Amino acid sequence: MSPARSRSTPSARSTRTARSTATAGSTATARSTSTARSTDTSRLSPRARFAAPEASRANALHAGAWWVWALGLAVAASRTTNPLLLGLLVGVAGYVVAARRTDAPWARSYGAFVKLGLFVVALRVVFSLLLGSPIPGTHMLFTLPEVPLPDWAQGVRIGGRVTAEQLVFALYDGAKLATLLICVGAANALASPARLLKSLPGALYEAGVAVVVAMTFAPNMVADVARLRTARRLRGRTTGGVRAVLRIGLPVLEGALERSIAVAASMDARGYGRTARVPASVRRTTNVLTLGGLLGVCAGSYGLLAAEGAGYGLPLLGAGLLAALAGLRLGGRRTLRTRYRPDRWGARAWLVSGSGVAVAVLMIWANSYAPDALHPGVVPLEAPELPLWPAASILVGLLPAFVAPVPKEST
Amino acid sequence: MIRFDKVSVTYEDAAEPTLRDVDLTVPEGELVLLVGPSGVGKSTLLGAVSGLVPHFTGGILTGRVTVDGRDTRTHPPRELADLVGTVGQDPSAHFVTDTVEDELAYGMESLGLPPAVMRRRVEETLDLLGLAELRDRPLATLSGGQRQRVAIGSVLTPHPKVLVLDEPTSALDPSAAEDVLAVLQRLVHDLGTTVLLAEHRLERVVQYADQVLLLPDGVMGPPADIMAFSPVHPPVVALGRLAGWAPLPLTVRDARRRSGELRERLAGRSPAGLPDGPRPLLVADARRNPAPPAFETPGSAGGVPGSGKGWGGGFSLFRRRRTRATEPTPTGLTPTGPLVLAEGLGVRRGRVEALRRIDLHVAQGETVALMGRNGAGKSTLLSSLVGMIAPTTGTVRVAGRTPHTTDPRELIRQVGLVPQEPRDLLYADTVAAECAAADGDANAEPGTCRALVEELLPGVADDTHPRDLSEGQRLALALAVVLTGRPPLLLLDEPTRGLDYAAKARLVAHLRTLAADGHAIVLATHDVELAAELAHRVVIIADGEVVADGPTAEVVVSSPAFSPQVAKILAPQHWLTVEQVEAAL
Repeated sequence: MSPARSRSTPSARSTRTARSTATAGSTATARSTSTARSTDTSRLSPRARFAAPEASRANALHAGAWWVWALGLAVAASRTTNPLLLGLLVGVAGYVVAARRTDAPWARSYGAFVKLGLFVVALRVVFSLLLGSPIPGTHMLFTLPEVPLPDWAQGVRIGGRVTAEQLVFALYDGAKLATLLICVGAANALASPARLLKSLPGALYEAGVAVVVAMTFAPNMVADVARLRTARRLRGRTTGGVRAVLRIGLPVLEGALERSIAVAASMDARGYGRTARVPASVRRTTNVLTLGGLLGVCAGSYGLLAAEGAGYGLPLLGAGLLAALAGLRLGGRRTLRTRYRPDRWGARAWLVSGSGVAVAVLMIWANSYAPDALHPGVVPLEAPELPLWPAASILVGLLPAFVAPVPKEST
Repeated sequence: MIRFDKVSVTYEDAAEPTLRDVDLTVPEGELVLLVGPSGVGKSTLLGAVSGLVPHFTGGILTGRVTVDGRDTRTHPPRELADLVGTVGQDPSAHFVTDTVEDELAYGMESLGLPPAVMRRRVEETLDLLGLAELRDRPLATLSGGQRQRVAIGSVLTPHPKVLVLDEPTSALDPSAAEDVLAVLQRLVHDLGTTVLLAEHRLERVVQYADQVLLLPDGVMGPPADIMAFSPVHPPVVALGRLAGWAPLPLTVRDARRRSGELRERLAGRSPAGLPDGPRPLLVADARRNPAPPAFETPGSAGGVPGSGKGWGGGFSLFRRRRTRATEPTPTGLTPTGPLVLAEGLGVRRGRVEALRRIDLHVAQGETVALMGRNGAGKSTLLSSLVGMIAPTTGTVRVAGRTPHTTDPRELIRQVGLVPQEPRDLLYADTVAAECAAADGDANAEPGTCRALVEELLPGVADDTHPRDLSEGQRLALALAVVLTGRPPLLLLDEPTRGLDYAAKARLVAHLRTLAADGHAIVLATHDVELAAELAHRVVIIADGEVVADGPTAEVVVSSPAFSPQVAKILAPQHWLTVEQVEAAL
């Protein structure tokens, strides 16, 4: 095998290069050169040995690693309003997605999240325009006609004067939210949601299956709607319009219901829901640990995101997580299930998740040494500048684009 | 292995029990085939084995069903999961996960098998079913045959002793069906699995069965014995009965070995001279014609069609005169040249070229069968003929109009399509309401559709819900709805899926009458027997291109995968159906 492979390597590389020049896209080029490199792993050049391998089931990156990485970026985004830094975060997330996403259906969600982010920015600005803003400003842009409101609605304003400061503030705020959303979108695009649910602890497994089934359901229903709408054409009716959709609503629901019954029958016949017996005391302890833990996680993450509570946020989050994990572990005794080829948390998963955590920690730290650069002033207006060290720390988030296994090129 | 002891099943709201006093014993390691007309309770019997009836479906089961000593009364389906593997009619409704490998492992995970065992069994099953290169594929991207194999594989991995399959091959093309059946054969031989399957397409499965169980009588016996009197039987059996062969042959090979004398008797005759053979009139026309149509090209079995031949102006003029003189024309017909004219038709979906350079001509009164493997582009071609898909390249004209730009209300008077799932066409909650809506859609006189329903589906009450109709009845209703607009061109996508022989025979009779009235019919089908009985011409599509186009006899005889049993038995003579042979004798 190995002599044949080493003989074929030069030709393989040349065809790949030819292909990559044909597809004039920077990401395509980056991907194909790295696959060419990854075929050389049989030779022992150290560089080749550490290059990212081609993705397969065996070396698949743990879905949780992608989520940790993306949440790290999201925490970093929540710590700044500097549009340049936020743009950099979006760029980092976008580059990693472009370099490492597969062509699976869920990988397309990134685009949807970017659009959602832009919509959020627009919405935030429109609200600021219409409802005014408590930001005092001196640069008047224009005045909208103000709607007179009765006395009891004091403090609410519709229309009125619009200042540059208030618009800039709304833009910064919207951009922050949009970046958070885009980071979540990146995690969605990179990690198969079903695989993430598969790594859930045994106690949550049944809930996980329900979610997976529901997720395969939505696309099926969309396909049903499309099919029935085109079938309307066969009856000589128009296919567009609200009425058309309403008319086919019932058949679509009927179809969905029938399918869900069929899936349930299939799951039942294949042993879903076989359980082991556990003593009542274990069950009670499980409930207490899980509930308490989840409350802790909620309070902790609120503290972490709310900027005021950074002090108690982390420890609370940690304690909550531990309690929840213990509860889930105990609850897992009830299920007989075993797991087929679970994703391993290997060195590459540590690097990917670590880079996300590093970005978050570095940004939180940057808040202490360069708070002004991270939150450019709105009153008085000043141009945001790109602070060197925070920007450099965001770039750490690019690490997954080099260490995560490269998805196979679609044929 | 499986015992039924005086089993009756009555569903809620049903006046009559679906199964009545069934007694049967299936020994270990046998492949038992369940046959019978639609609605005799085949699926119910299969469900009772896996415990889904009555634990999941509801209803009352009396008597006792035991599988390997376990009583289904005390064991719900999940407690039988390690013993019985069930695959329903629609494999995609069976899938719980999203990739092939996960799906194969799902059942074992539920049973709590150790990871090392699961890994080994998944690898074995991937090899057994030839799925190795599909292991990472999302299930949504698989073809029908692949899905069916994955569904079978997913219930095989827990090593059940009993496998229960409901119509495993009815949605598959002939070669995919053979793959699936070869797998079942291997399971029975190598692993000693007991297999119980129901199937309408007996010509595909009967030779694999060790025993046949005939419902509703509940008689079980060796296939040849049961086939001798079974009302449902494959063409090979019909031919055997006709020729008086005993014991009855079940395979083409057996029949062929005995067919020497029959072939001699048939030697001097030809099916084309038959009174009700396919389209004697038009073939004769074309022979007399100075510009022969494409399908008359001698020896065109593998040829590329529409290579610029025929259908010139002179021909269409001649055709118009003839049509007016003798043939009854459906209303709304404007007889100018061929009814369907596709030239260089190409359809792209995203980056996939679903169709490439398709040339297709269909004349009035002609029946054309589109064949080809699952996903070859047959349905896409039909969709582009009714304007549901706009062509990317080339042109399509149906009765002189471009379908995708024509107003749907006008188009339904030119072309009607019965989709793969006839239910898609039906919205109303009673047959009467459906008919009234169809009359309104087509601007037809009130009562037109209802009259058609009465003709196609005698004795259906007005207030029946379309969902309560059987598969064949629903197809007939959809056909009536489509025919209300009296379109000269009728398209059918997989019309015989899930139909028993009786329903199929009725469909064939209706379609022949329509063709004789001058309707052109194009049907996409995997059912070679249907194509042999109906089609004047067969067009084989592979990978979005036409690879063969010619008279049915020539095309199907030259390609083993698409030839009907009678043609295989009597080759090289061009006989296609038992009916033709019967008439010739």
